[in-house]
Amino acid sequence: MEKSIAQQIYKKMYAIRVFEEKVEVLFAKGELPGFVHLYIGQEACAVGVCANLSPEDYITSTHRGHGHCIAKGGRLDRMMAELFAKKTGYNHGKGGSMHLAASEIGILGANGVTAGGVPVAVGAALSSKIQNQGRVAVAFMGDGSTNQGTFHESVNLAAAFKLPVVFAVENNQFGVGTRFCTISNEPDIAKRAAGYNIPGVIVDGMDVVAVYQEAKKAIEYAKAGNGPTILEMKTWRYRMHFQGEPATYRNDIEETEWIKKDPLEIAKTKLKSMGLLDNAMIVDIEESVQKKLDEAVEFARNSPDPMPEDALTDLFA
Amino acid sequence: MRKISYSEAIAEAQLQEMQRDEKVILMGLVQKDPYGSAFGQTKGISSVIGEDRIFDMPISEQGYVGAALGAAITGMRPVVELQFQDFITIAMDQIVQQAANMRYMFGGQIKIPLVLRAPTGAYLAAAAQHSHMLESWFAHIPGLKVVLPSDAADAKGLLASAIREDNFVLYFEHKKLYDKKMDVPKEPYTIPIGKAAIKRVGKDITIVAWSFMVSKAIEASQILEKQGISCEVIDLRTVSPLDEEAILKSVAKTNRLLVVQEGYWNSSVATSVSALVAEKGFDYLDAPITLITAKEVPIPFAPVLENYVLPQTNNIVETAQKILNKI
Repeated sequence: MEKSIAQQIYKKMYAIRVFEEKVEVLFAKGELPGFVHLYIGQEACAVGVCANLSPEDYITSTHRGHGHCIAKGGRLDRMMAELFAKKTGYNHGKGGSMHLAASEIGILGANGVTAGGVPVAVGAALSSKIQNQGRVAVAFMGDGSTNQGTFHESVNLAAAFKLPVVFAVENNQFGVGTRFCTISNEPDIAKRAAGYNIPGVIVDGMDVVAVYQEAKKAIEYAKAGNGPTILEMKTWRYRMHFQGEPATYRNDIEETEWIKKDPLEIAKTKLKSMGLLDNAMIVDIEESVQKKLDEAVEFARNSPDPMPEDALTDLFA
Repeated sequence: MRKISYSEAIAEAQLQEMQRDEKVILMGLVQKDPYGSAFGQTKGISSVIGEDRIFDMPISEQGYVGAALGAAITGMRPVVELQFQDFITIAMDQIVQQAANMRYMFGGQIKIPLVLRAPTGAYLAAAAQHSHMLESWFAHIPGLKVVLPSDAADAKGLLASAIREDNFVLYFEHKKLYDKKMDVPKEPYTIPIGKAAIKRVGKDITIVAWSFMVSKAIEASQILEKQGISCEVIDLRTVSPLDEEAILKSVAKTNRLLVVQEGYWNSSVATSVSALVAEKGFDYLDAPITLITAKEVPIPFAPVLENYVLPQTNNIVETAQKILNKI
């Protein structure tokens, strides 16, 4: 790994963490309308994968999509403005937290429908293949998505056509409040890859270096024309399914065990031991991210609301 | 009488029907306690009934709605829940192609004692994928009954009827109503499917509404009453089949019709009500039929945009004033 990549990785992970912590506070204060699903705890997944992507590559995301947006290069100010329902937001206030999209940097939308974005990524990969663009499409999803018919149909199609896709499954063990092992007989989702005759890889989703390395292989494999990989990242969301959900379905012991493997701490330790990061760099990164975040909140707060009539624009080209 | 909320009334109806009939089973996401469904609509049931007849599903709408259908035609009486009505699109084949056609296509061989419950509606800054009002889609399909309770007492009685019914009933709950409390009888009771209710008696204009729009229509009626306009509010309760008689009878009395619908205008329940009165009640009318509906765009996230797109109480007040030439 190059030093610049390592620094970017830590910067993005830290940005996700503090962005989400800020969103948590703003939402609790009532400054953000609607609903938010926070990505805290899963930072290594989005960042480890996206560190291998260029702006031209595509991702599709989920209801828990802030992390993917930041990892793929989304601007904090335009994201925050969207969460504030402002005209200057990425979606001009029409989408909000669950639908953040930035097509100019390959973000084909967060999604409010479980597995809704997965076939869209397959289509983006097909388009890249037809146009010989050499782009890869990463379909981010949770464990819940893998029990949708859409998942099976998408993986089958991508495998049959050897499309440049990575099915990036963040297995945080819970779909809403349901433990994955109670609704699936096989806890390892990546094992399903055998049925499609494609690679299936399990990686520690709390370890950004491991995620980066496995994602790199999957992306290179896809770009070389070999087809898709199911990349399963075992992870843990620190917050509940959505902010405000009562905490009724996880136990404190497993929570404590997972939080011991905090992805930011692991990133710092590993990247430092690899000689790619030092304490001074960390301080610099954290200060610059914090400054950007403060500016993003100010930008969002001071941005204008859309005009009511703006509701009628953007429907057709 | 004790007051309970709309979501508590829904849970109570299911619990009582499960106690009454051991064939009633529940299927959906996070149905068991302590979660008790996303808005508490199954809260307390598994703690009383046990866990043998209540099933927490994977997020596999097509699969588990189809499985509920299969159980319904083979001796069970399932109540299957979608976490949001919006996700019904994923289960459309099982609902429209399989369930709605099945009894007729099989020459009446089977019964389909199946209820599908789902939270519907907007006004929550939940954006386009969590705000749909899709009742009109299903009203269009023969073989489906479509029920939308507008308050807690109706929610309980209509759900009991839906569960006891030997046909497939789609039962859509409005998210804005879940917390609303009112007097609800503790003992089990039913409210007939296919019958509208007069929620407010009046003489100058008939306002037809259902689901959350009934509250808006009543609010508007209270404002209009102070201005000397007497509104009759008809709550359809069931949008398919339509209670033609109740609508026509009210219009015959008031001679004016305003339909308030949260969903879109084109090919909708509101346009059907309008067509009904134009065809069968034209002679009653002293003014053109008027419809208030959502503007024809996906539901936007920003409250300022969402409020502009959706029907508001003041739209109803102003439109009623115009119909009665008061402004």
